[in-house]
Amino acid sequence: MADEVYLLKGNEAIAHAAIRIGADGYFGYPITPQSEILETFSEQKPWETTGMVVLQAESELAAINMVYGGAASGKMVMTSSSSPGVSLKQEGISYMAAAELPCLVVNVQRGGPGLGTIQPSQSDYFQATKGGGHGDYHIIVLAPSSVQEMADFVDLAFRLAFKYRTPALMLADGIVGQMMEKVVLPDWRPRRTEEEIVKTCPWATTGCARGRKPNIITSLEMEPDVMERRNIHLQEKYAAIQRDEVRYEEISTDDADYLIVAFGSCARIAQKAVETLRKEGVRVGLLRPITLWPFPSEAVANCAAHTKGVLCVELNSGQMIEDVRLAVNGDEPVYHFGRMGGVVPDPDEVVAALKDKLMNEK
Amino acid sequence: MTQEIIIAGFGGQGVLSMGKMIAYSGMVEGKEVSWMPAYGPEQRGGTANVTVIVSDERISSPVLSRYDTAIILNQPSLDKFESKIVPGGTLIYDNYGIIAPPTRTDIKIYKINAMDATNELKIKKAYNMVVLGALLSVCPVATVESVLKALHKKLPERHHNLIPMNEEALRVGMGLIKPM
Repeated sequence: MADEVYLLKGNEAIAHAAIRIGADGYFGYPITPQSEILETFSEQKPWETTGMVVLQAESELAAINMVYGGAASGKMVMTSSSSPGVSLKQEGISYMAAAELPCLVVNVQRGGPGLGTIQPSQSDYFQATKGGGHGDYHIIVLAPSSVQEMADFVDLAFRLAFKYRTPALMLADGIVGQMMEKVVLPDWRPRRTEEEIVKTCPWATTGCARGRKPNIITSLEMEPDVMERRNIHLQEKYAAIQRDEVRYEEISTDDADYLIVAFGSCARIAQKAVETLRKEGVRVGLLRPITLWPFPSEAVANCAAHTKGVLCVELNSGQMIEDVRLAVNGDEPVYHFGRMGGVVPDPDEVVAALKDKLMNEK
Repeated sequence: MTQEIIIAGFGGQGVLSMGKMIAYSGMVEGKEVSWMPAYGPEQRGGTANVTVIVSDERISSPVLSRYDTAIILNQPSLDKFESKIVPGGTLIYDNYGIIAPPTRTDIKIYKINAMDATNELKIKKAYNMVVLGALLSVCPVATVESVLKALHKKLPERHHNLIPMNEEALRVGMGLIKPM
């Protein structure tokens, strides 16, 4: 039987996907433009079907610390928010990175800084990819660019989070959160039983009734030497993630004279610009990083090689461009085009920016 | 075939729902669809708009620079979007409250009196369905059958008694544009 196709907002797709893949808990606090995530959970009432816990916390801080507690006991737990709310969660995310706890955090970005606007933005790239909270850590960052990916990446993020025992973040924005597209939802999967959790998460605080020694989950360590060893372990884990988990999509890059690098919703807008430019005979390609951390540096360098230049298109003042410049390492010129504060450029603006900055057609 | 449509008017006119009906009808016909609202405070009293794309191919950007078809339901939206219709494209606008009518000569322009037509119906809330009917009569974005099928699927069963009234509104709308 063909999979049933739904017409959903990206935010709605996230909630439906989480219920279907057997997530154990969602803890959140409403904020535009992602409130449909909590609303959809509330409407679907998964506590009556799969047994999933859904709780509107009293604040973002409470929500992320409920996630900490759930994750410590080996549960598949998640939270979601938008930019200002995700800033509030950073302490908890740093603690979870240190305590090596898997979880999913969703950031449906809006314009900043501060409370900013409620319109789409990608200005939390630095926060997402360079740590976000204090300390030497990274989290896995996935950038969905369609409603289908909003659904698919929930499962992917949880799989990666548990594989590496680290928080994973879906860095979306108001466009992919609010837009509706066709989507095929993941297959139903039962929540893991307590026995399965004990078996697959031997580190979790699942109770010592079976005679094992207590598991201690903490980010605090009084001995610097021990803490350094924990840091070294984290760095080894991050190196493995950088080696094995890079994901990206290339569109029309084979013969490209010019390369656009864009992620998330911006990559969709840039793709339309590529279509327009190709019709005019300009050979442009698009590289879309799917993992923002680990960043697809090698792919960017390979695609940029032999082009006349690279244009980073972002809904910010130029953040991913730093990673693109590091990847290209001075071999090709790299320019930025972006709008800020919740303003979304249309495809023609991207076309004009590419001509202006890379082709010098004023 | 790809149809890139903007629907714009006041918040409360059913602009976003009308867009959803088009997207859902396109989906019923097996097409690719996207629905991108200008969400936010502009929905209260100010202008509301939604970009709907229905296509045989995978859709790249849900955000557009130009539109094949514009459905315009107030003056601010007409001012904003008239210039963004592709040459040869279509503009359908409700004459209600329009003081500066469109001036372009390189697009097809249809003036409809949807507000007046709706006021004669029993169900005043069906304004957007009247406008949708007008669109369907000049733009083959979906068939009436698909729209009705979409209504059946989308409306909760307790509201299915409203479908005949919506169908009537659609038919009234389809009669608003006289063949040239």
